[in-house]
Amino acid sequence: MSAGAIGQAHPRLEGREKVTGTARYAMEYPVDGVTYGWVVPAAVVRGRITHIDTTEALASPGVLAVVHHGNAPRLATTPGPNLWLLQDPAVHYRGQYVAVVVATTLEAAREGAQLVRIEYDAGPHTTVLTDDHPGLYKPDHVNPAYPTDTAEGDFDAGYAAAQVRVDATYRTPAYHNNPMEPHATTAQWTDGRLLVHDSNQGATSVRATLAELFDVPRESVRVIAEHVGGGFGSKGYAKPAVVLAALAARHVDRPVKLALTRQQIFGPIGYRTPTIQRVRLAADTDGRLTAISHDSISQTSQILEYTESVAVYTRSMYAAPHRRTTHRVTRLDVPTPFWMRAPGECPGAYALESAMDELAVATGIDPVELRIRNDTEIDPDQGAPFTSRNLVACLREGAQRFGWADRNPTPRSRREGRFLIGSGVAGSAYPSQSVPASARITARPDGGFLVQINATDIGTGARTALWLVAADALQVPPERIEIRIGDSELPAAPVAGASMGTSSWSWAVIRAGEALRGKLRDGVPPDAEVSAEVDTSAELNAQARKPKFTYGAQFVEVRVDTTTGEIRLNRMLGVFTAGRIVNPTTARSQLIGGMTMGVSMALHEGGLFDERYGDWVNHDLGTYHITACADVESIEAYWLDERDDELNAAGVKGIGEVGIVGAAAAVANAVYHATGVRIRDLPIQLDKLIGTSALA
Amino acid sequence: MKPFRYHRPADVADAVAVLAAEPQAAYLAGGTNLVDLMKLGVQRPDVLVDVNRLPLDTVEELPDGGLRIGATVRNSHLAAHPTVRRDYPVLTRALLAAASGQLRNMATTGGNLLQRTRCPYFQDTSKACNKRDPGSGCAALHGVNRDLAVLDWSEQCVATNPSDMAVALAVLDAVVEVHDTDGVRDVPLADLYRSPGAHPERETTLARGALITAVRLPALPAARRSTYLKARDRASFAFAAGSVAAVLDLDGDVIRDVRLAYGALAHRPWRAYRAEQELRGHPFSPELVARAADAELAEARPLSENGFKLPLTRSITVRVLSGLAGRAQS
Repeated sequence: MSAGAIGQAHPRLEGREKVTGTARYAMEYPVDGVTYGWVVPAAVVRGRITHIDTTEALASPGVLAVVHHGNAPRLATTPGPNLWLLQDPAVHYRGQYVAVVVATTLEAAREGAQLVRIEYDAGPHTTVLTDDHPGLYKPDHVNPAYPTDTAEGDFDAGYAAAQVRVDATYRTPAYHNNPMEPHATTAQWTDGRLLVHDSNQGATSVRATLAELFDVPRESVRVIAEHVGGGFGSKGYAKPAVVLAALAARHVDRPVKLALTRQQIFGPIGYRTPTIQRVRLAADTDGRLTAISHDSISQTSQILEYTESVAVYTRSMYAAPHRRTTHRVTRLDVPTPFWMRAPGECPGAYALESAMDELAVATGIDPVELRIRNDTEIDPDQGAPFTSRNLVACLREGAQRFGWADRNPTPRSRREGRFLIGSGVAGSAYPSQSVPASARITARPDGGFLVQINATDIGTGARTALWLVAADALQVPPERIEIRIGDSELPAAPVAGASMGTSSWSWAVIRAGEALRGKLRDGVPPDAEVSAEVDTSAELNAQARKPKFTYGAQFVEVRVDTTTGEIRLNRMLGVFTAGRIVNPTTARSQLIGGMTMGVSMALHEGGLFDERYGDWVNHDLGTYHITACADVESIEAYWLDERDDELNAAGVKGIGEVGIVGAAAAVANAVYHATGVRIRDLPIQLDKLIGTSALA
Repeated sequence: MKPFRYHRPADVADAVAVLAAEPQAAYLAGGTNLVDLMKLGVQRPDVLVDVNRLPLDTVEELPDGGLRIGATVRNSHLAAHPTVRRDYPVLTRALLAAASGQLRNMATTGGNLLQRTRCPYFQDTSKACNKRDPGSGCAALHGVNRDLAVLDWSEQCVATNPSDMAVALAVLDAVVEVHDTDGVRDVPLADLYRSPGAHPERETTLARGALITAVRLPALPAARRSTYLKARDRASFAFAAGSVAAVLDLDGDVIRDVRLAYGALAHRPWRAYRAEQELRGHPFSPELVARAADAELAEARPLSENGFKLPLTRSITVRVLSGLAGRAQS
């Protein structure tokens, strides 16, 4: 491959369309005769619908139908209970979508939804996670397929014998995915064929699920997701909006547009489970870890087991002879938790990287140095060498850029006017995986090329990145290439998630480029179109499994206002190693986006739950705070050159998630350093500091 | 959404007449709160009377040195007005501490005064709220109430008034001009809001259909030394966790006059008369200010999650008055 396009900063190909509003999202495709669906949420937590009175709704102007379990088209059960929608009267959690009102306008549908009268037979519920919940059990695996518990050596003995010990419990609240574009679908049935424009992270899998649910051949379903306004995992596979829109469209025999409101996405589309995490670290006085344990407690729903892989991060991050990780989960009358940016690693790293900071304090060793001392070239979990691990380089480079050497390690040692200033550090890591993909490239007689792959650009810049990859694979300037993604008619490709999109898709694009060049005479356009299509399954399956991770180190400086307890970020800096960086422009966005989301987790976000209602009470962006631009005064992301030939064809590692991993711990550690008080339940807000010794 | 009719009145009298004739009508100004509540089903008017084009969008300097602010003057315009910035900095700061730039460009003076509480239960029709649905109960009293009242709440309602602007107007002794079918009358801001009591659905003393047409600020030379401080969970676009508006007039070291009002504590902007009384006529000291704030908060009854508001309010009172007194806080 020539080293031309990859590594050159390039704006998004669709940037102009996006900023001028012409890029079409799922709800924005003009469709003749379209109708609008509006969801009705369940008003009880657990029970059964005993009666639905649709009289008033159906009499409301413009309302065409109220679709519910009593009249909805039947679905196949196999895709799972989360998509078993409008099929039976059972209510498993508050807010469950129990009916869809279809009307000729959006406003009429919304009003109709207000007029549906539903009676329930409701029972008692249990909705709050506690560390002694009687329903806690050991699941068979944790998301997606990791072992539930691991153990090596003798943790209890190692811990008991240690010179220095840390035993701390950390709590995180529910976090809610809030992509700017809500879950939304335009669904049309024509002669038994289903066409959906849907906001999702992977149209290939959504097509397969829809075909199964509606019992039609895959060829009869087409899913288009040309532009997607964020997903963060919540749109990782077919979700309720697309199923409800397709159900409603079939019921009324007209196209249906259905978007969930901001209020409706807090819960039913998935959220990051609350966690209770106990971390115990033991070390010698030099800070070398001798024992590590991480015990996670989280929740799932009554209908589906999803166990957040909270302690998996701890299995590979730092070495120690005695190690143990466990996961326990309990079924509650709540919506099923689901993927949210770095599921598992994000909450897990908050706890472990906080505990490492506590160990640094306990041993009197600088927290950067402590992490360097506990670095390992062998993955403690798999017992094999990492293909590349440059955590130490990230820590050193970050410390140097941040000015860490000037830091007085004593908490509360820096006061400027009414502010206490503190700084903190954390490590970051996220697995770098690839999965099979296929791609087709066509050479055109005019010298141009068409690249086709059902990748999804959820705002990450994937389209542009693959375009640059294709240019190098074809050894032509990128301007000669047209790229099409986001359509299930294109060669099948995996979801934009788990930081494996670019690595998986680029692999297929590169191999397709190589195959095509083999069919062409050097540099000469063909007389007629020539195509090559590849599938990387065989090559991927033949690849030896080795531990592969993206790494980072994050540094944060906060100021705490002693008169209010307000915590503000002075600056944040991250250094990462992620193999080759395809497009610096969008890579930087990915990294600082993840870091900012970690700040949000540390200082702002959190579902506020009311047990009586079995529901969150903050379910809009006015009451569920996410970090605002004004909260991020200075943020910098850097990466170090890294060449790793054991990864994938392009030599890339994923960067979608690593930015959020460890970020919250870096913030929390900085708050500790500023105030001398360790807050172990997020978010850290002013009410946890004002009136306490932290500000005295 | 419930279908509604839209009426653009010819003048104030027309607007007032429509409201008087229609049992379920609402005035539409900036729409930054009302439209949200309509989407949520919290407010379901039959008619919107759009007052945006009424000639109420000017700021006039009055002969006595005061200011008359039209009801549809946008928050952003009011904040930037040179006279406001010079003579009533507390008002500019309160306005700029609120919402976001986009919202301030739309939100009006009259609308800001009449915005509804952001109590999460009020905004959610699936949960109990006496303010929204009288008799349904107050879910917040023993629920999620971190942001809610510590003063003057009732068993029926623990909501807070969300306005920053109104807190500043409280220390300025603003007067609200109100039109109804009987004509125009003056309502001192101090008399505009009700305590929640047994009827939290009644938030103001205005008769149904009354239209705020202007807010008058009396001349107050001392207000040149005034400010507003808001503590909040994020740096912008957040309602107050605690806020204080203050005017301080010193004669040497002695407090000749002081005016204090708090946001985020009660169903109304909370003018701290008691604290003012404790301070007036005494030599300034931060310790005295802390004692005065404590005296004001003596009647406070914190809810399960909002006890932090007491030390917060005390602390920001000391900070603000120390700042106005020209003293760096220790």
